[in-house]
Amino acid sequence: MSDALTLGTDFLEASVRFATPLALASLGECVSERAGVINIGLEGAIICGALGATVAAGAVGVGFGFAAGALAGVAIAALFALFTVWMRADQIITGTAITLLAAGLTGTLYRSTFGVSGVALSTPTIGATAVPGLSAIPLLGASLFEQPVVTYLVYALGPLITWWMFRTHAGLGLRAVGERPQAAIAAGVSPRLTQTFAVLFAGAMAGLAGATLVLAQAGTFVEEMSSGRGFIAIAIVVLGRWHPMGVLAASLLFGAAQSLDTVFQSMGWREVPYQLFLAIPYLMTLLVLAFASARARAPAALGQRELTEK
Amino acid sequence: MIRVVVQTLVLLAVALVTLVLLLLATGHAPGPALSAMASGAFGSSYALLSATPVRAIPLALAGLAVAIAFRAGILNVGAEGQLLVGATAAACVAALAMASPGLPALLVIVAMLAAGTLAGGLWAGIAAWLRARFGVLEVISTIMLNLIAHELVGYLVRGPLQEPTRTNPQSSTLVEALHLPVLVEGSRLHAGLLLAIGLAVLAWWWLRNTASGFRLRAVGGNASAAASAGRVNVPRVVAGAFLTSGALAGVAGAVQYSGVTFAMYENFSPGYGYKAIAVALLARLNPLGVLVAALLFGALEAGANAMERDAGVPNVVVSVVEAALILLVVAADRWRARTGNSTRE
Amino acid sequence: MTAAGSPSPVPLLSMDGITHRFGPTAALDSASLVVRPGTVHAVLGENGAGKTTLLRVAFGMLQPDAGTLRWRGVVTAIASPSEALRRGIGMVHQHFTLVPAMTVAENVALGERGRYDPSRAAARVRDVAGQSGLTLDPEARVGALTVGAQQRCEIVKALARNVELLILDEPTAVLAPQEAAELLAWTRRYADSGHAVVLITHKLRDALGVADDVTVLRRGRTVLATPARGVTESDLTAAMLGEDASTVRAVRAARGVMAGPVVLSARDVRARDSRGVERLRGVTLDVRAGEIVGIAAVEGAGQQQLLRVLAGRLRPDAGAVVVPEAIGFIPEDRHHDALVLDAPLYENVALRDAAARGGHMRWDVLREETRSIIGSYDVRTADENSSARSLSGGNQQKLVLGRELSGGPAAIVAENPSRGLDFRATAAVHEQLRLARDRGAAVVMYSSDLDEVLLLADRVYAMHDGVVHETARDREAVGRAILGGALPSGVSVP
Repeated sequence: MSDALTLGTDFLEASVRFATPLALASLGECVSERAGVINIGLEGAIICGALGATVAAGAVGVGFGFAAGALAGVAIAALFALFTVWMRADQIITGTAITLLAAGLTGTLYRSTFGVSGVALSTPTIGATAVPGLSAIPLLGASLFEQPVVTYLVYALGPLITWWMFRTHAGLGLRAVGERPQAAIAAGVSPRLTQTFAVLFAGAMAGLAGATLVLAQAGTFVEEMSSGRGFIAIAIVVLGRWHPMGVLAASLLFGAAQSLDTVFQSMGWREVPYQLFLAIPYLMTLLVLAFASARARAPAALGQRELTEK
Repeated sequence: MIRVVVQTLVLLAVALVTLVLLLLATGHAPGPALSAMASGAFGSSYALLSATPVRAIPLALAGLAVAIAFRAGILNVGAEGQLLVGATAAACVAALAMASPGLPALLVIVAMLAAGTLAGGLWAGIAAWLRARFGVLEVISTIMLNLIAHELVGYLVRGPLQEPTRTNPQSSTLVEALHLPVLVEGSRLHAGLLLAIGLAVLAWWWLRNTASGFRLRAVGGNASAAASAGRVNVPRVVAGAFLTSGALAGVAGAVQYSGVTFAMYENFSPGYGYKAIAVALLARLNPLGVLVAALLFGALEAGANAMERDAGVPNVVVSVVEAALILLVVAADRWRARTGNSTRE
Repeated sequence: MTAAGSPSPVPLLSMDGITHRFGPTAALDSASLVVRPGTVHAVLGENGAGKTTLLRVAFGMLQPDAGTLRWRGVVTAIASPSEALRRGIGMVHQHFTLVPAMTVAENVALGERGRYDPSRAAARVRDVAGQSGLTLDPEARVGALTVGAQQRCEIVKALARNVELLILDEPTAVLAPQEAAELLAWTRRYADSGHAVVLITHKLRDALGVADDVTVLRRGRTVLATPARGVTESDLTAAMLGEDASTVRAVRAARGVMAGPVVLSARDVRARDSRGVERLRGVTLDVRAGEIVGIAAVEGAGQQQLLRVLAGRLRPDAGAVVVPEAIGFIPEDRHHDALVLDAPLYENVALRDAAARGGHMRWDVLREETRSIIGSYDVRTADENSSARSLSGGNQQKLVLGRELSGGPAAIVAENPSRGLDFRATAAVHEQLRLARDRGAAVVMYSSDLDEVLLLADRVYAMHDGVVHETARDREAVGRAILGGALPSGVSVP
């Protein structure tokens, strides 16, 4: 009985842990897609954030590590914004290039600075901070409220972004830009400025996600440590139906799928094909795409290059 | 034509300057690094017959896949997944064939390639169907299918496809008799090169000279004009192009499996499907250009490995050069579009 | 002050000597307009008379090249739509700028700053709509609304900014008759509450039904400005159509060759547009070999759908259509519907039979054909390898014309074939259509310029509100019929 409880706690804790960087990146992507920009260069922003965090945390401290991670994400996102928002270049092609660029840059800088696959570099990390009171709740307390502070940031950002998106005029403008830029223009909202803001915000969030991987989890930088999270974030946004709270829930689902592996191992079930469980959220995403009601559809102007209709 | 060549050379020069700056910034002497790179790419018979062209083959085939799709106005970002399922299908055929020895090798090889083609086409077919039936953006669906393909491979190489000793997460090694034939004795250059060249020429000829190829280009150029002026059945053309694109990516996977890796494992593709987008774009979506661009990328990657070995420069630096090339092409196109607009009328 | 003897002391808006040029052509040539507070003011004119242009100047979307604008008697320059809104001028355009995925309240609030409170926004929409007597559900998604409700949403958007002058551009064109009547009645009540409404329209009945004042524009000039009381439909028609109306244009003698057998025919055809609105409501017409049939209509009468049905590009919902296999189609928007701009000219020529072709492309033949089109249709270009994008608009149109006419199609459907072309190019296009007719093709054409229809057509159908009536080739009769005026009784059909 207590074994089952421990396992449940471990599973939930791992799910939240896996979900945290995914949620950070996905919340950013959600904002960006709501403004009509699909950024598959997110993968690159995550890895840049991870390296930025590693360097700054080693040199200055963990807190600066997170700030540097976010800044690194913003920097690479600025390049993406320059091409897609200001030059109106294709978002997919630019995103591909950005991911490639970030992988190359971080790998080159890392190996040049710290040696080719050299000494494992270890950074300070932030441990779990128990939330007084809440962490005492059985099962949920230890898993949800004994986490690194970035996790609590995610808890806060979900509702906050929701509020901003649906309860401020700026959020209204953002959604209008992603749905029908001409309508936004007619109402005096600038699609370019809005999209630039959204892309940079997504970059900062992806950078934070990368910083989280290093400073709250791995304690070191590994090349390709983003391992597809930028693409998974795109799936999460779809499954979360472009709503920040939905994105949080979908992140948790993806986190849970990823932590099943640990559960199976601790149960000694070596034969369970956990990769198939990993694939389930993607299949759900495809189903959502196919059968979603009109309300849950992608922003109408998503990926659109031109701001004006013919 | 000449203008495109000149422009590409200029872009290459700018990318090279980027590389030199990056080398200087990271404290590497550009001279030795670049000469190591050149000799790794072109400097020996091994470089010329194995290192460079063998790396180019999967990029060329997957690049063709991307080029065909983009020509039809389909944003197929799913070459990666289509390539993975193609390779997996070939590995399944191989596993079956190795379980019942005595089948003619040629037959098995053809079956492997056919299975790869079919699997890639079907995998793309899912996205094609989702687009036709539900209007799902293919960008998103193909990314999902890439991720699913990746998990599928992860499962198979630890499950049904795993090698008999069950120690490593990979399929059993393809017996030598079933390898794609090697073209030059003593090199690693396999028959996939001929297939890539053949398919590139075929695709080029098809797009240029056949009615169906013309319809594909017309739909990609302006779907509403194709429908209105040419009365073209746009959904059908789109579906056909999507399947063809997937089939090409699938065969790329099958060729890589039966010509280079001889086994299936989780990190089978170091992002061929995404680099293929770069290759296709650099080639301006021209199938013959894809061959050249793939060779260029093959040379860059072969050279980068030599640069790491001989000059201590991280080989991933090549990704920066590749990314710079894409961004430069994009910027040049946008610039041309803008100036083109302002000079017209 | 140019109070122009109007009873009210200071006009709300007065525009005087307004000139605006698009390139070499003057869309407005010293036009004027005086709007009194508390009135509905109809601005009338044919297509291209300058109505919309004049009011876009008032709304700050366009800057005049000459002339003065007074707002409440003070000379004012209105630099942008947002400035117009700040001063109290709102405009509802023909093409709505709404976000379909958002609610009415959200659409109305778009562009403001600070917190957005849905219940307050909804209450505000209810307030504004209620005070002005419009029915509108603030929580409804705009995409799910009828066109009429979307229009009310646009109006409320303007009213929520406290406008005193509301400009409506062809508001009834998109509405069903019942909705149109309700809207017009609303403008009356709204004006009576002390505001002013400018109604841009080419429907005489709409104008005479509700307006206090009428201004008629013709070719960019104000030709009539009068209180509506005592004005008749024929006064307005005369003003809109000009001198031509009284002196019936000499009808060319019937052509010597009698028209041949029926090539294109439609019987009780019904069809919808892409939004699902029924645009053809039982159209019956015939086009014979060797004649040019002109369709005359004002915007939104259903001509777009009719031409596509006749060209075999749109499947009707009901009714019978006979169209030949070989048919040339010259759509209005050549960039969107006729050309692949980045492809070379010979590929654009090849586009014509793209669906029917099989096997190998005979590029040598197609290049030869393209060269001959370039030669015989006087397309100014380097050679057949140039991209369509590199051509001027006139030469693009000549290429499209050449493509669609070469090979001798049995029927030709042309939609605004001279749109955007200069005088010479227009003349060339007309000449080619006549040659095709003389060769024995059945030609049907529509132009938004009534004069062009009358110039080209052997027979004319006037189209209004989804139905067609054959009408004498007489400017006044056709002009009346397309404006929804009574059909002259006893029209003799040739």
